[in-house]
Amino acid sequence: MYSKKVIEMFKNPKFAGEIKNADAIGEVGNVKCGDIMKVFLKIKDEKIVDIKFKTYGCIAAIAASNAMCKLAKGKPLEEAAKITSKDIVKELGGELPLVKVHCSVLGMQALQKAIEDYRKKA
Amino acid sequence: MKTYFDNGASTKIDSKIVEAMNPYFFEKYGNPSSIHSFGRDAKKALEESRKVIANSINARSEEIIFTSGGTESNNLALKGIAFANKTGHIITTKIEHDCVLESCKWLETQGFEITYLKKAITNETILVSILHGNNEIGTIQDLEALGDICKKHNVLFHTDACQSFTKTDLDVKKFNLDLVTLNAHKIHGPKGVGALYIKKGTKIIPWQHGGGHEFNIRSGTENVAGIVGFREAVKLSKNEHIVYMTKLRDKLIKEILKIPYVHLNGPKNNKRLCNNANFSFRMIEGESITGMLDLDGIAASTGSACSSKSLEPSHVLMAIGLTREEAHGSLRLTVSRFTTEKEVDNVIKKLPRIVKRLRSISPLGGSECIPRK
Repeated sequence: MYSKKVIEMFKNPKFAGEIKNADAIGEVGNVKCGDIMKVFLKIKDEKIVDIKFKTYGCIAAIAASNAMCKLAKGKPLEEAAKITSKDIVKELGGELPLVKVHCSVLGMQALQKAIEDYRKKA
Repeated sequence: MKTYFDNGASTKIDSKIVEAMNPYFFEKYGNPSSIHSFGRDAKKALEESRKVIANSINARSEEIIFTSGGTESNNLALKGIAFANKTGHIITTKIEHDCVLESCKWLETQGFEITYLKKAITNETILVSILHGNNEIGTIQDLEALGDICKKHNVLFHTDACQSFTKTDLDVKKFNLDLVTLNAHKIHGPKGVGALYIKKGTKIIPWQHGGGHEFNIRSGTENVAGIVGFREAVKLSKNEHIVYMTKLRDKLIKEILKIPYVHLNGPKNNKRLCNNANFSFRMIEGESITGMLDLDGIAASTGSACSSKSLEPSHVLMAIGLTREEAHGSLRLTVSRFTTEKEVDNVIKKLPRIVKRLRSISPLGGSECIPRK
């Protein structure tokens, strides 16, 4: 059902964890729907210098969270805000089962929400 | 080590069963309807098998109809009885297998009234269909009590016994059953073969038309080798297997309940199928748990929405009053007589770390992130 890349990221999600004193946090989803993604950002000079996630959800949700972090790390905020769910699917090896595509959308939304949170604070 | 804890889904075929089936592929491969020696050999095997399966549930040979499996038997029972009555009321529960629920939903579109066990039997009731052993949470229904009620009201009584067959007492006379669904691949037999017990004299409409096989109720050349395998599976089942599986089940339950924030779904002790354990873990999702177990070579299943095509959590777990989060965090481990104690110990050893690991990356869990290995 899942590609090797998805399983690899689920098995070893390098960006799983939390950033204490994060500059911005974005959370999307709820327990009822079965997925919650929380993204922590460390920002310096409008650039994402560190990023971590915590996810409650399935294999695809965990892998998509990790793929999103991998794409966003080191990027200027303006560029990171443009990361799409398609980019996340691409990072996951180009395929997600149809019913799991929403996990990549959730990844995109979590990042956008974190960036929004940072803009609000500034 | 690859270990299998999904025996509620399907089981390993017993090599003795394959041996018994083999001649019906290579030597006695005739059509049981043919009158030559090849056909007669196949017919003999068919009728012997029918007798063994009938005896196992205290029924007569002519009351056993071979089918392609549990789904077909359930479809035939429900639709065949409904249409034999032309109109009427059917009672079932919310924790049935999908093939019963979907048949009932379809019968509703055909003008039949269905009640999902809320009110009592009415004058219009023609059939009560209740799952014997639940496939997800292992609950065994008191068929004797239910059968008494049906008898009193002169209503037909059907049970789907796919999960419970050979794992707990099943007696068509004692339980006053009119129809019973059975299958082979849950009891170490081959896939694609099942049976429907139909009490003599029960009015039923055939659902598959053709050459009038199986007493004119189910047309189509019988799957002789499969049926022989089914027979062997029944013959090889023993009470001591129930005792053994119960021991493994209880060890799983006892040890896994030591993990924090976990509860058992379904009943304990003899009200539960001897091979079924089902848990809900808080703060984590079931597909990730089965995914992590799979990485360790352990096969299990979940009632989480994330693992279903519809993205809806298990209808059984929701019907017994679990929250969505509890249903999402469910894990089913089902053993068989081939499961070893070592395999049980292995899952007991691996699971706590997997749960801890997933909780450590869950926003609902703790703050310290724990690596996989």
